[in-house]
Amino acid sequence: MSRQTQASSRQLDGPLLKVTDLRTAFRTDRGLVKSVDGVSFTLDRGKSLGIVGESGSGKTVLSRSIMGLLPKRNTERSGSVVFEGQEIIDLPLKERRKVWGREMSMIFQDPMTSLNPVMRVGKQLTEGLKLHLKMSNDDARATALRLLQDVGIPEPEKRLDQYAFELSGGMRQRIMIALAMSCGPTLLFADEPTTALDVTVQAQILELIGVQRRDRNMSVILVTHDLGVVAGHTDEIAVMYGGKLVEKAPTRVLFANMKMPYTEALLESIPKIEDPSHTRLHVIPGRPPDLVNPPRGCRFSPRCSFVQDRCREEEPPLMTAEHPEHVYACWYPVGSPVHRERTAQLQAEKVGAL
Amino acid sequence: MAGSGKAHLRTEGDVLLRVEDLVMEFPVGRTGLVVHAVSGISFDVLRGETLGVVGESGCGKSTTGKALMMLPRPTSGSVTFEGEELTSLASNDMRAARTRMQMIFQDPISSLNPRRKVRDIVREPLAIWKRGSTAEQLAKVDALLEEVGIDPQRAAESQAHQFSGGQCQRISIARSLVLDPTLIICDEPVSALDVSVQAQVLNLLEDLKAKHGLTLVFIAHDLAVVKNISDRIQVMYLGKICEVAPSNSLYDSPAHHYTKVLIDSIPVPNPDVAVHQVAIQGEPPSPVMPPPGCRFNPRCPAADIRCKTQEPQLREVGVGHFVACHHPLIGGEAPVDVRPVLAD
Repeated sequence: MSRQTQASSRQLDGPLLKVTDLRTAFRTDRGLVKSVDGVSFTLDRGKSLGIVGESGSGKTVLSRSIMGLLPKRNTERSGSVVFEGQEIIDLPLKERRKVWGREMSMIFQDPMTSLNPVMRVGKQLTEGLKLHLKMSNDDARATALRLLQDVGIPEPEKRLDQYAFELSGGMRQRIMIALAMSCGPTLLFADEPTTALDVTVQAQILELIGVQRRDRNMSVILVTHDLGVVAGHTDEIAVMYGGKLVEKAPTRVLFANMKMPYTEALLESIPKIEDPSHTRLHVIPGRPPDLVNPPRGCRFSPRCSFVQDRCREEEPPLMTAEHPEHVYACWYPVGSPVHRERTAQLQAEKVGAL
Repeated sequence: MAGSGKAHLRTEGDVLLRVEDLVMEFPVGRTGLVVHAVSGISFDVLRGETLGVVGESGCGKSTTGKALMMLPRPTSGSVTFEGEELTSLASNDMRAARTRMQMIFQDPISSLNPRRKVRDIVREPLAIWKRGSTAEQLAKVDALLEEVGIDPQRAAESQAHQFSGGQCQRISIARSLVLDPTLIICDEPVSALDVSVQAQVLNLLEDLKAKHGLTLVFIAHDLAVVKNISDRIQVMYLGKICEVAPSNSLYDSPAHHYTKVLIDSIPVPNPDVAVHQVAIQGEPPSPVMPPPGCRFNPRCPAADIRCKTQEPQLREVGVGHFVACHHPLIGGEAPVDVRPVLAD
């Protein structure tokens, strides 16, 4: 069908997405909030990238900047976003509309507020099909029905005529996925797609996104604050902190050999199911930086347990680790002599305190 | 229906809270239908213990938490707190009882009055109950704010929206402690927070519990979080209790198929651990028409005809480990119930 025709017209070489020095800032009364501050990365076809960070690290703004979803007003954006060999950062709205849905689409966190409450599910699903793929009413409805079957919705025929409020949270998120997938995009953004859902439903939804990605050879950018979610469902992970990319590596490499103390601290703060109860959790003291006046030097330095004088003065650039695709921004990464010395010191303090 | 019985109630020890046959039902508009939110559950909490309550949305865990506070009064059943039967208390006496049991809610920002100064919000319970002079009240509020990690100076000048989600949750915690309660009911207190902030709040709750000698009922859907903080965990499904066990034993050897599913669904932050095949499909059925027999039977891999007709009773399968299942994963088959099948 039309979905196949579109897939065959895609170029099959080169990276799908190349982001270079992307900067996004918002003008506010307090000053310029630099939410994304010089982020560069590439994403290959069919791969999935996880973007991880705390609230306010710029992960959501990054995905919206790439897609061009941010309002023009009070927003300053620079850098380059090359998608399938074409620069899309300055595309006028009319051109961007052709990209949305057809080339890139997004699943949002809250499935209730992202669906139109007064439009039947079927109408929302067929809208894009008719507009982008110029389908007839009957074809669009048939395709919508198949999409609902693909995402595992029981009684799809009935759902087409229902409204979002008649469905459960998990079901609404499946509709969002069907909607995002409807025009066969090459790149899917999933912005905290499972945060509002139960663990059992979360597992089902992540599995579904994975199956759809493999079936359609689609690339996925999964944005989340939970390292547990990205571990099993991505090929690569990028960690963001204070608007900057601070570490990026293939998933296995990252988990085997973390370089940034921030990444390590983020992982350690997750309660582990295999630890006995009442295990003291590792915390990252303090709060994410103020993006109007970010700290000098390394932005994580005020909260880092391994901070040295140099970290407060000089900002570390992205350096390459032993693995060529592993980059990190830290002067004294995990495993370096300074880091080891400080770890021993912290251990001694802990023992002393007991 | 899945999981009744009182085999797990304790007679020894200092029982602070005891709930028996709690039923919460809500009418659906004027249709004559009824939502069976909680259907006859019994449990108890010892003084100084943390009871974790887990389950999916709609399993009745929040309704249970609110029922303990008589918000609203249960349809039937009994709630005994510090030896006092709460269900029959007059509203004035209940108000007084609520000073000894407090609640922390999920959404930290919307549970604080947006128009008031944070320090006044925390002080309000003391003002209502006229505990001490204004100076004494303020001293107590400031000490508590300090303890939860909020600058009292800033709290005196700022409103809730000027604080982050994690800070607002700390403020809610300070407010819940100001009347020196014995029991705190935490309803999903960390599910709206980032992992790093979540760890801070969980550690804070542990510290405060030790320092103030608190008893906690901790309601959440994240099992890893619940395991971290609880001594004993109760798994709920569709208004019934499936399993009750000491935290470590529940995770080491889950007895109920549903508990196993919940544990397997937790994402493991390690790419070398294979992602579990999704062990369960779909979502819980509507609590308006819960399935007969074991309520989990339509989604259970081990369900047979007995599960569809006869409700399993909670029985002991390990030390302090109780399960309501005919075919549990540990402890062998349930003895055939000779009592007549109850009409649902």
